[in-house]
Amino acid sequence: MSTAHATVKPVSLQGARLPKWAPWGVAATAIAVAVAVGLAAGLHSRVQWGLIAAVLFVLGTYALSAKVEGRRQAKDRVATSLVWVAFLLAVVPLLSLVWETAVRGVKVLDGYFLTHSMGVVADAEPGGGIYHAILGTAQQVGLATLIAAPIGVLTAIYLVEYGRGSLAKAVTFFVDVMTGIPSIVAGLFILSLMLMLDLQPFGFAGSLALAILMLPVVVRSTEEMLKLVPNELREASLALGVPRWRTILKVVLPTAVGGITTGVMLAIARIAGESAPVLLLVFGNNFINANPFEGAQASLPLYIYQQYINSAGSPAAYDRAWAAALTLIAFVMILNLVARGIARWKTPR
Amino acid sequence: MDISTQKPQAGNDDTLPEDAAMKHAPSAPAPGHAPATKAPAPRAAGTATRRGDRIFLGLSRGSGILLLAVMAAIAVFLSYRAILAISKDQGNFLTTFEWDPNSTEPVFGIAVLAFGTVVSSVIAMVIAVPVAVAIALFLTHYAPRRLSGPIAYVVDLLAAVPSIVYGLWGALVLVPHMNGLFSWLDTYLGWTGIFSWQGGPARSMLTVGILLAVMILPVITNVSREVFRQVPKAHEEAALALGATRWEVIRMSVLPFGRSGVISASMLGLGRALGETMAVATVLSPTFDIQASLLDPGGGTFAQNIASKFGEANEQGRDALIASGLVLFVITLLVNGAARMIIARRKEYSGANA
Repeated sequence: MSTAHATVKPVSLQGARLPKWAPWGVAATAIAVAVAVGLAAGLHSRVQWGLIAAVLFVLGTYALSAKVEGRRQAKDRVATSLVWVAFLLAVVPLLSLVWETAVRGVKVLDGYFLTHSMGVVADAEPGGGIYHAILGTAQQVGLATLIAAPIGVLTAIYLVEYGRGSLAKAVTFFVDVMTGIPSIVAGLFILSLMLMLDLQPFGFAGSLALAILMLPVVVRSTEEMLKLVPNELREASLALGVPRWRTILKVVLPTAVGGITTGVMLAIARIAGESAPVLLLVFGNNFINANPFEGAQASLPLYIYQQYINSAGSPAAYDRAWAAALTLIAFVMILNLVARGIARWKTPR
Repeated sequence: MDISTQKPQAGNDDTLPEDAAMKHAPSAPAPGHAPATKAPAPRAAGTATRRGDRIFLGLSRGSGILLLAVMAAIAVFLSYRAILAISKDQGNFLTTFEWDPNSTEPVFGIAVLAFGTVVSSVIAMVIAVPVAVAIALFLTHYAPRRLSGPIAYVVDLLAAVPSIVYGLWGALVLVPHMNGLFSWLDTYLGWTGIFSWQGGPARSMLTVGILLAVMILPVITNVSREVFRQVPKAHEEAALALGATRWEVIRMSVLPFGRSGVISASMLGLGRALGETMAVATVLSPTFDIQASLLDPGGGTFAQNIASKFGEANEQGRDALIASGLVLFVITLLVNGAARMIIARRKEYSGANA
């Protein structure tokens, strides 16, 4: 600008800045003071210590920065520190969840636990296992997948390949709405059918409710994948005189199959952890019932709930609940990781 | 998006009409034949001519219709059972503070459940939305690039943790840890009545709200992050060029752009919090009344009430539970519908369905 007339060149165009280590310094001081206050006041909860440290950190940053750098910079630094604090605060419960499940879950988790049922074991006694629950969950989720996956994929094909006009719009909207149906409402729907037909709880009823929950997830993800298939592939096939349905079956679907598999696996991971509809429809059973079409069955998420709620605080039951929770989380996580692996490996390019 | 129009035709205005029609090939009915020259591309649906095409179209359209039929059936059957229940109700379904549907003179009402559901969800939203927005900002604007990828991945995974596991963690880990916070709140804010505490176990609405906040955090974070990521770089660079600090960039370009996305993300989270069953059922120790204090155990939510009262309910009691479920269904339908409307209006950055 007008530097030509300036007689004294400023050393730097920047205003005064705090050194780079300042945030760390403030953080260390805040934690130290918080620990000191916590010890002095005899606060037992570590959460409180953390909160005091967080407040001190934000206030300290503002004061220091406002003094050295000015108010605009101070606001910026406060925003930065608030974002960091929010992140750390949110990480604590989520880490704690994973950590506690892992630590408390491994206590009774072994081969015996995985291969035995609760058959003759009272709720408050140690022993027993989750074989019947794993079997139940596998059958219910498997049947739900057999129902929901084909219908979901076909619906997505309709939306992407054929869908124009008001029917497609309505389907799209209701898929979105269906994503938000609470799982217990899906359970109540099947329950109302069962009340009318005078049926007792059985595994397949749970599968139907789970299929309702799974359907929109499958439709949504398959739709995304089909949209990624390049239009040139369809045009090339159609230009060779291949009928539309064969084009879809032989060109479009094989191209998107990786993504569709991922979507279905993520949907399975989602419904495998649903306990509310299972509670209403499958009811739970301490014995092994390998027939999903007759009689109450067990299920892994339901097993966790019933171990917790029916045991009146027995430590053995809590240990079993944690071990079952660890099994369930491990199953869901592995399914997620594999699904994402497939997605990365087989994305249509 | 409509595939046949993925390539805009604006660039082809000097090409022959045949050429333009060829671009529509995927939606042409029978690609073997020459497409009509002047007519707009015929609709594929409804004009399939070969038998294989007809069958396939019928199957896929049938699936779509089946999906609509399921939604309709849910509404119809729930309403039917609910009307059966409500017609026998001796009390007022909306205002009665009692849940005794199993006797010969059933008396039940949803006032307590509606109150509990709203209160716990509001607490969850108040805590979760600012924190989730902050985490989304952290991932898109503050975190070191090498960290943000893995963290986003972990947040994705956490969204998949089953709710019963959250419930178990909430009941056995979170509840004992709440005592410190509760006694602090009681000491300094107890005079308000909202935060008074009689020292029982912390199985109360506030704990439920905090647990729900933890549960919906990943959901809101994921959608908000997608929205923030799609802020035009030019907006941010323009603000930076004017000398704005990072916070000013976020306040002036990122947040205004992402506002409706964050709102709809929050409503998706709200929908999840309203319908959450198992986590609430494990943590809350329910009573059928409305209390001013958030710290004393008591109250209940729709979903929790259904799960806990189901075991002891006879057929009449189950109908009553279905009636309360219908109310929950309608509420979540409205909330989710509103969220989707907001997303659809700004389709270009819809993180949930783009």
